[in-house]
Amino acid sequence: MIYNQTQLPASISYQFEIEVNDLHKSFGKNNDILKGVTFRVKAGENLVMLGKSGSGKSITIKCLVGLITADKGCLKVFDIDITKLDYNQLNKIKLRVGFLFQNSALYDSMSVRENLEFPLRRHSTYLSDTEVENAVTEVLKSVGLLDAIDKMPSELSGGMRKRVGLARTLILKPEIILYDEPTTGLDPITSKEISELILSIQKKNKTTSIIITHDMNCARLTSDRIVILKDGVIYLEGTYTELKQSENEWVRSFFE
Amino acid sequence: MTSYLKEIFTDSGNVSLIIIRFFTNILKAPFEVKELIRQCYLLGYKALPLVGITGFIMGLVLTLQSRPTMVKFGAEAWLPCMVALSLIKEVSPIITALICAGKISSGIGAELGCMKVTEQIDAMEVSAINPFKYLVITRILATTLMIPLLVVFADFIGILGGFVGMNIHSDISLFRYLNKILESLTFLDILPATIKTFFFGFFIGMIGCYKGFTAANGTESVGKAANSAVVAASLTIFVIDMMAVQLTDILFKS
Repeated sequence: MIYNQTQLPASISYQFEIEVNDLHKSFGKNNDILKGVTFRVKAGENLVMLGKSGSGKSITIKCLVGLITADKGCLKVFDIDITKLDYNQLNKIKLRVGFLFQNSALYDSMSVRENLEFPLRRHSTYLSDTEVENAVTEVLKSVGLLDAIDKMPSELSGGMRKRVGLARTLILKPEIILYDEPTTGLDPITSKEISELILSIQKKNKTTSIIITHDMNCARLTSDRIVILKDGVIYLEGTYTELKQSENEWVRSFFE
Repeated sequence: MTSYLKEIFTDSGNVSLIIIRFFTNILKAPFEVKELIRQCYLLGYKALPLVGITGFIMGLVLTLQSRPTMVKFGAEAWLPCMVALSLIKEVSPIITALICAGKISSGIGAELGCMKVTEQIDAMEVSAINPFKYLVITRILATTLMIPLLVVFADFIGILGGFVGMNIHSDISLFRYLNKILESLTFLDILPATIKTFFFGFFIGMIGCYKGFTAANGTESVGKAANSAVVAASLTIFVIDMMAVQLTDILFKS
């Protein structure tokens, strides 16, 4: 079942689902974070973004969903430059792009069920109560958390919160998912489970993903390609194996 | 000094923008009716006990403290009218609004500030849900509708408190007490006092939302948002009251 009504006309096709060209962002004077970030992500590809803390990885993906406005540059999602869209047009793009926050950002005042129903009821108003219930159950099953359906976010562990956050992202059936440090703060076993979940979702739903992580196991498991951000630009890109064997000591230090 | 002035002008500009955004969005679909009802329950109904207790004490205390002076001038019979007029025109609106500024405005400031810090507002944005409509408009509407009702409730309870106060030193039946009050009250005593409570409610909600929505990232800012919401809302209530009383004085001088 497709819950997104917004589809591009069938005649439009594109090689890259995400194209970022010369992205600049600064916060105040002499505080340039992004100084011309350029990269592309193909449909169905899992791109892992590495870089030191504060290098601008989160800012890059937040620019892609309009949470942060870019100072300069072209941000194409589904071949549409989102920097030129108005609020309503951007919302139509947002419906097709999921975002998993670092701390999951679950709505504290709502139960797990209500967290999942919240976006669905607002964007798929044509669905009956039974259909909404089925969609919630189905997506919770896919992340293995059906038992927690009536729990409040405060009753969930870190790993469970990530899964519910992921379920909330998946319920709108996004074509692109942006993950902001999905395994941060989790134990190695749960981190591996989340990484495997990301991979299985990508395979099942054929989604395109950008995954920001410091967890090299997560990068190894999920990445088709890795880009490394340094000094506000893409410093290097390659596969996990290529970068691991890089002659550059700084790059290798990520893998040690 | 310059930065202080800059802050005041920035705040005034941002508050004006929120007010404009409120009125331009309020009639646009989708309407968050369920959330509005929930907020009315949380912000209005939940404040009933606090407002009731305060109203009762204000009525009782006002009666007991005014009585000796009224007796001295031989005007004890006018005590119910004086208490009722004081309560309806000034004491109940201002006390209820100040209590709500403390309870509701700080609550909204802290809640929205916390949602901002924990990226819950961003989560709504990325789900293409307008957080302004869901969080801000519903809360401002709820306070605008609920504060006048709470003030009317405080008026009634305050008048009952006055009745208890009267009966401590003298003996008067409830019917006679209420009759005395209704004889002296006119429509013009009630109308301006009620109209100003809508403004109290609007600004209590709006300031709480503004402070919460503009909280910087960090837990410290949540406390600051709650605190500054109470201070700003309380001050605004006094300013609105002053303007309302002067306006009433000019309009209904005769």
